[in-house]
Amino acid sequence: MDTTVNALSPTLLRERSIGRPTPLIDGVEKVTGRARYTADLPATDALVGAILRSPVAHGVIRGIDTSRARAMRGVRAVVTGQDFIAPYGVIPIAQNEWPLARDRVRYRGEPVAAVAAVDRETAQAALAAIVLDIEPLPAYFAAADARAEGAVLLHDRKPGNVEREVDQAFGDVDAGFAAADLVREQTFHYAEVAHGQIERNGALATYEPEHGRLTMQSTTQVPYYLHLTLAQCLGLDGAQVRVIKPFVGGGFGHRVEPLNFEMVAGALARAAGGSVRVEQSREDSFLTHRGRPETDIRLKLGLKKTGEITAVDCEIVQRGGAYAGYGLVTILYAGALLHALYNVGAVRYRGYRIYTNTPPCGAMRGHGAVDARHAFEAMLDAMASELGLDPIALRRANLIEPPYRTLNDLQVNSYGIPECLDWVERASGWRERHGKLPRGRGLGLACSHYVSGSAKPVHWSGEPHAVVNLRLDFDGGITLLTGAADIGQGSSTLLAQVAAEVLLLPLSRIRVIAADSALTPKDNGSYSSRVSFMVGNAAMRAAQALLDVLVAAAARKLAVAPAEIEWQGEACRVRGGEHALDFAAVVTAALADNGPVTVKGTWSAPPETQGGKFRGAAVGSTAGFSYAAQVVEVSVDEDTGAVKVERVWIAHDCGFAINPLAATGQVQGAIYMGMGQALSEETQYHEGLSLRPNFLDYRIPTAVETPPIDVHLVETIDPLGPFGAKEASEGALHGFPPALTNAIADAIGVRLAELPATPDRVLDAIVEKRRHDRLAAARTKA
Amino acid sequence: MAKRLLRVTVDGRVREDAVHDHALLVDYLRGIGQTGVKQGCDGGECGACTVLVDGEPRLSCITLAASVEGHAVETIESLAQNGRMSRLQAAFHVKLGTQCGFCTPGMIMSAEALLRRNAAPSEDEIRAALGGNLCRCTGYAKIVESVQCACAETVER
Repeated sequence: MDTTVNALSPTLLRERSIGRPTPLIDGVEKVTGRARYTADLPATDALVGAILRSPVAHGVIRGIDTSRARAMRGVRAVVTGQDFIAPYGVIPIAQNEWPLARDRVRYRGEPVAAVAAVDRETAQAALAAIVLDIEPLPAYFAAADARAEGAVLLHDRKPGNVEREVDQAFGDVDAGFAAADLVREQTFHYAEVAHGQIERNGALATYEPEHGRLTMQSTTQVPYYLHLTLAQCLGLDGAQVRVIKPFVGGGFGHRVEPLNFEMVAGALARAAGGSVRVEQSREDSFLTHRGRPETDIRLKLGLKKTGEITAVDCEIVQRGGAYAGYGLVTILYAGALLHALYNVGAVRYRGYRIYTNTPPCGAMRGHGAVDARHAFEAMLDAMASELGLDPIALRRANLIEPPYRTLNDLQVNSYGIPECLDWVERASGWRERHGKLPRGRGLGLACSHYVSGSAKPVHWSGEPHAVVNLRLDFDGGITLLTGAADIGQGSSTLLAQVAAEVLLLPLSRIRVIAADSALTPKDNGSYSSRVSFMVGNAAMRAAQALLDVLVAAAARKLAVAPAEIEWQGEACRVRGGEHALDFAAVVTAALADNGPVTVKGTWSAPPETQGGKFRGAAVGSTAGFSYAAQVVEVSVDEDTGAVKVERVWIAHDCGFAINPLAATGQVQGAIYMGMGQALSEETQYHEGLSLRPNFLDYRIPTAVETPPIDVHLVETIDPLGPFGAKEASEGALHGFPPALTNAIADAIGVRLAELPATPDRVLDAIVEKRRHDRLAAARTKA
Repeated sequence: MAKRLLRVTVDGRVREDAVHDHALLVDYLRGIGQTGVKQGCDGGECGACTVLVDGEPRLSCITLAASVEGHAVETIESLAQNGRMSRLQAAFHVKLGTQCGFCTPGMIMSAEALLRRNAAPSEDEIRAALGGNLCRCTGYAKIVESVQCACAETVER
């Protein structure tokens, strides 16, 4: 039944689906409490899984006696490290972690055994009945101790407990320093921080012994890595594994690698022959960790009088914790993104990732580059002051002009720092206020950047970097199938917007099914801010493929060439003619011969964006860098050392804001997380015992301490991004800590070289500065 | 482990349930299907479990179920009526006061308690009222905007 529309009414001219503030397509479920997270999934028959953790920070496992636990009434399964056939680790060349420790424990709190029982009380009693025989070894809680001569090695073939050593040089560094008018060198220290996603970890695993099938629902950002890892550790055929990501309550990198409790849940379900629910406490989440490592930085910079950066020499040591995880990537990121947002003369970078007897570090929002950014931007600020240059002018003296190849072979195709600087300068009243506010009040500036997805995937399988399927069936609904994990950042909404925009259809026609490894095409996961850029590009291509099918069907129906069809989404017509079809008629025509339509869109980062040829060159490479500049205003109480953030102005170059509402929210969230690290957050251990595994001692800022955050989105329209879009979730974070300490310097003349800027540290720095000033005055007098 | 019969009104319905003396309110509510009540910490740290007891915000993860005997408990799931979101819910949706959504039920219940006693709070009053509810996604900016939007008459539901 054809519907002939003689004159398309203006109401059919739809509003665009992109570039408009768009509430999340799953937002109603969240605000009504209907959204089901892992812990909310109904499973009345599920056993309760519980994990026993090592009380020893480093030791040889002599024995694990589970006989009493196994004999207890109500205990259905007990597993140890022997129940797995392979170790795991997100980086294929660095897999040295077992879901439950075998032979050796390497941090206090490492899982060593697990039980599944009929209820929580029985499970806890069973854990208490397991007898561990662990012979302690010397343990190292600081990178320097682990590196010391004669230290026991945590892992074989890793002399000095160095997991990865990086030594890179680009350009003539010595000549660069020789050409400088001002050379300064400084050391910095950064506390370890954690993600603090509000949802606690958990997994619901179901094993069907009759089929040998395992279904896992879990709090993950990487359902497909989890799928692969479950098969590997449990020795299952991958085709018998299914991973489904329910609603996930944040991630921030905590969940970008498969985590021990997930494989443990799988092993327990298999051993019990049924369903097992593992719910982790907040303390467990802190022990699982994967946070940003404690870091020491020595940085030397050379500057011309006019501000140009002639040379950079940097050494970074990260206390990586007990296992590899993402470690080698983290230490490479620190160097790769240290300098690459400016035009610099020459660079030398040495990095050391160290194994220690603390919970393993991993990827945390801003991966690897946050502490390095602080050191760099803090020194630029201090040196600008020495040279009598305005900090913004100094940045302007070092700008890039795209297209540009950085010294370390990273491709820059769009670059919004100039516009970002212009905006924050204006919005913050920088010229009138920086250096001119009353004592105790100050403004600080910093720039930052980040990748829109790593251009080389962690798993070099040769597959496209992103794949999206679109399915059209009889009802005229379009189902977008993506493996991309929406963890609250709004990726499902963004992908629906992209498809709707290409097809010129209303958003309501697109439904998204995401992150179910039995249904959706493989996706590497939600990390390195890759989804908008990479999966967005795949969604664009899938939608274009579907559009081609629809236009061809309409052309057949109207007996014209496809080029004659003017596509208007809910209707189409012959160009310049009267004949038209509504969408339902086009769908009928498209299904007529072949039935339901399924199309695919794929995308891979172009080779020229995948980095250079040197060792480690892939890390830091991306098809699109985001850029940001921010100004932070603080007030500092010099009697107590208390720092209050009054306001933040942040301009972020996100290329193009497909969803300005979500992009703004992501930028605000990134600023907030940077603020937490800069102001109050730090883990702490005593002999390897976590002292702050809760939100009372690990202080993430509340609404009261958090200032208004003014966001300005700069749109540089990246040539490779979908509709020009780049990432908006991470790049703003890196600039906050240096903008804060630069603001403190503006307020009271004290430059902090250690974070977080807790009152005790600020007060120590004030006292030290006064002592230093007194001595200097005395020397001058003498 | 001793049990007792708990008589309580949950989201407008009078219930009688057998509960352990030591059962926490959060576990009781989730156990009867009110999984909109979230738990993000190990006790009294994050505010995700906030419900109203006789109209006052309460952390259900450090409240004994037995202590609400004879009282009225309201969870996030009571706010939408007849298929219509409450003004706060609609505002949190439209203004993106929710990202991952995990803190959202507790956040909205704290805001609900605030708006019941103060229909036109200042920004400082909003921030103070939400000071016990941690959100890791938003930096609170859009949460504050959402509450302000709900106070205005204009929010569409």
